[in-house]
Amino acid sequence: MTVASRRGLLGAGLGGLLLSGCDRLTNTPSFQSFIGHGQDLTFHAQRLLLSGQPLAREFKASDISRVFKANGSQSPTSDTYQALLADNFASWRLMVDGLVAAPMSFSLAELKAMPSRTQITRHDCVEGWSAIGGWTGVPLAEVLRRVGLAPDARYLVFHCADNLGGAGDAGLYYESIDLFDAFHPQTILAYAMNGAPLPVAHGAPLRLRVERQLGYKQAKYVMRIEATDRLDRTHGGRGGFWEDRGYEWYAGI
Amino acid sequence: MTTVTSDLAPDAPRPEVIRRHGVVVRITHWINVVVISLLLMSGLNIFNAHPRLYWGQAGADFDRPWLELTIDTAGGGARGVAHIGGADITTTGLLGLSRGPDGHWQIQGFPSWATLPARRDLATARRWHFFLAWLFVINGAAYWLIGLAGGHLRRDIAPTRRDLAPRNLWRSIVDHLRLKHPVGEEAKRYNVLQKLAYLAVIALLLPAMVLTGLTLSPGVDAAIPQLTTLFGGRQSARAIHFITANLIVLFVIVHLVEVVLAGAWNEIRSMITGRYVVPMEKHG
Repeated sequence: MTVASRRGLLGAGLGGLLLSGCDRLTNTPSFQSFIGHGQDLTFHAQRLLLSGQPLAREFKASDISRVFKANGSQSPTSDTYQALLADNFASWRLMVDGLVAAPMSFSLAELKAMPSRTQITRHDCVEGWSAIGGWTGVPLAEVLRRVGLAPDARYLVFHCADNLGGAGDAGLYYESIDLFDAFHPQTILAYAMNGAPLPVAHGAPLRLRVERQLGYKQAKYVMRIEATDRLDRTHGGRGGFWEDRGYEWYAGI
Repeated sequence: MTTVTSDLAPDAPRPEVIRRHGVVVRITHWINVVVISLLLMSGLNIFNAHPRLYWGQAGADFDRPWLELTIDTAGGGARGVAHIGGADITTTGLLGLSRGPDGHWQIQGFPSWATLPARRDLATARRWHFFLAWLFVINGAAYWLIGLAGGHLRRDIAPTRRDLAPRNLWRSIVDHLRLKHPVGEEAKRYNVLQKLAYLAVIALLLPAMVLTGLTLSPGVDAAIPQLTTLFGGRQSARAIHFITANLIVLFVIVHLVEVVLAGAWNEIRSMITGRYVVPMEKHG
């Protein structure tokens, strides 16, 4: 064996070692949390970049996707949800509670009677695809103004009706955002899509639109909004269904 | 007292040893080797979550991709296929359908041996990718700042007027095609094609990776919508991110071939320790 080919082998061996090492590192929790610091940096950098609260890009009606892919749950199977669906959500109410001055619940008609906002935006899935849709709903800020947030409220948790993770409490979908996004003008509770009532596949009767973040933050089938000062006591403790399964809480990237 | 005997003929010229690469170039180069390799591999894992590319702002399952890595089950069995434009290429074992980390056949865009992590894991791949992206940007910024301030970019990379003279360009192209490498004085600096290739990588391809990557972020799109406009939409930016990554891989392949042709050990050592033995004219 020549010196050159031995060196070549050494190089290839080191390369292989590096790669198998990376996979092993990936499975080490402390290393996972170390590379997670990149995400902290991203979060703070983006908050700085977004400090002027710019709006997400809005589109023309002609840009709306021919078919808007429905992802995640397409039709919640629970008896509660099916009963609500059967009477066209006439008895559905959105509960808003937690760290608020006055817990309140709202019917669909009451939400529709409040000031509304319509926006045509691009929905970016974490998987990489995008679809453009039009959303009409009540700004979350309007709802929060009515219930009055307590001074120590920091997050809003959206409790949903769909069991994406299987039957039982642990499988329930949920999401959370902080007040920076909660009071953004494009953060709305949408009850209509492309001018029609929100279809079941897209979260009827009410879904969150928090533009400037990825698709998994756009909670569908919202039943209850809870104001809280911490996320570690809810479900898996990381602030959302996908967050509890390894995805980042801040989904602006 | 010992006598040093030389096996060189007394009249043979002593090989000249120079310091070929500055310490900043050497450090940033090797950081890039590791970081770009891992960025590529975690990027392929992310791509596998939706192995289709589109032009424009939007694109999903019901839209027409211009590139898709998938399987074709027509005629009973399954084969891996790459649809590119109108073409349909069988790629079983590599693209669309290949063996997973457990050795079983798996429907996946790129094969497990090329992705980080090897298993399909979008959340972890994203965590790797964005962590590495910060290292990549910091490393690149250091290279650019020190390269501009210290004169490396002006001295070693920027082509001179004489470099760009048509006669010199033509000679360099012919030399490359004949796999002829410069010797003596000319071997102490980059030739014009080398300068242009490095310049294209550091000034175009690598910055384009950062900018198209940032464009994919819905947060950045809200803060700097001009980026999305520049690249023709989010899905176009994703496509350009992918194409540019491929061009970087192509550059690395050519770069490695050239290193081997020019004398792998001398070249690699000069990038590690800086020591470079100037190749001499062959006699006889």
